[in-house]
Amino acid sequence: MSDPNTHVEGARPIELAHDREAISTLIETLLDQAEKVGYGSSAIFAIRLAIEEAITNAFEHGHEGLSPDLTISVEYRVSPQIIEIAIEDQGPGFSPEALPDPTLLENLSKPSGRGVMLMKAYMSEVDFNSRGNRVRMRYFNPGS
Amino acid sequence: MSESRLRVSDSEGVTLIEFVDRNILDEANIQAINEEITGEIEKSSTPRLLISFSNVDHLSSAALGALITINNKIKEKSGELHLANIDPQIYEVFVITRLNKLFNIHDTTDEARAAFAG
Repeated sequence: MSDPNTHVEGARPIELAHDREAISTLIETLLDQAEKVGYGSSAIFAIRLAIEEAITNAFEHGHEGLSPDLTISVEYRVSPQIIEIAIEDQGPGFSPEALPDPTLLENLSKPSGRGVMLMKAYMSEVDFNSRGNRVRMRYFNPGS
Repeated sequence: MSESRLRVSDSEGVTLIEFVDRNILDEANIQAINEEITGEIEKSSTPRLLISFSNVDHLSSAALGALITINNKIKEKSGELHLANIDPQIYEVFVITRLNKLFNIHDTTDEARAAFAG
């Protein structure tokens, strides 16, 4: 099976360190661009939540047990119609299909396992590469 | 000791907790909040906590996870946890994750105070 294309075409990859200030700066830059081209407050809320979850997953789960100095790669493109964000970690990857449903009654009291479901709930499309170490999220601007 | 991320006050047997930060997103911040609230839980034999989200604009699934851990600790001590003043966009996150079924959520702190048993 061929690997689905989960890159953002034409985007320059940004190496992002596990550093809160660098993470916040990248997210704020992206959201500023989104606001300027017409994304509303609910879109900005959705995109912020999804990118925070994806970056947390990459560092906390993707790089679990690996060096804290490892960076992740972020690609993004903002246009009035669509925002695309791809995040790749250097870990072995995971199988998103294998995640338990966190909304089942028996899982409600478990403190983790909601990041991917929130990304899927708030973004228009969420695709993983076959290794499971890169995710691409797309948000189509409902106001465009 | 690092600066507190919370404002804590006790009134009529209920501990009111409010957040200093508008965004509860990053792991280090969430861990600090979790530890501070756990400290409050440990102070009481049957903790009665009211967490107000009046200042909060954004929270992540890790923050929800911390709230669940706090809820579990309070339940272990037969205490009570109520949440209040949750922004509609954040409440939607509780609905999507169905955590609105797990937590006692109220529109205002007054309504939450009235909901405590006894």
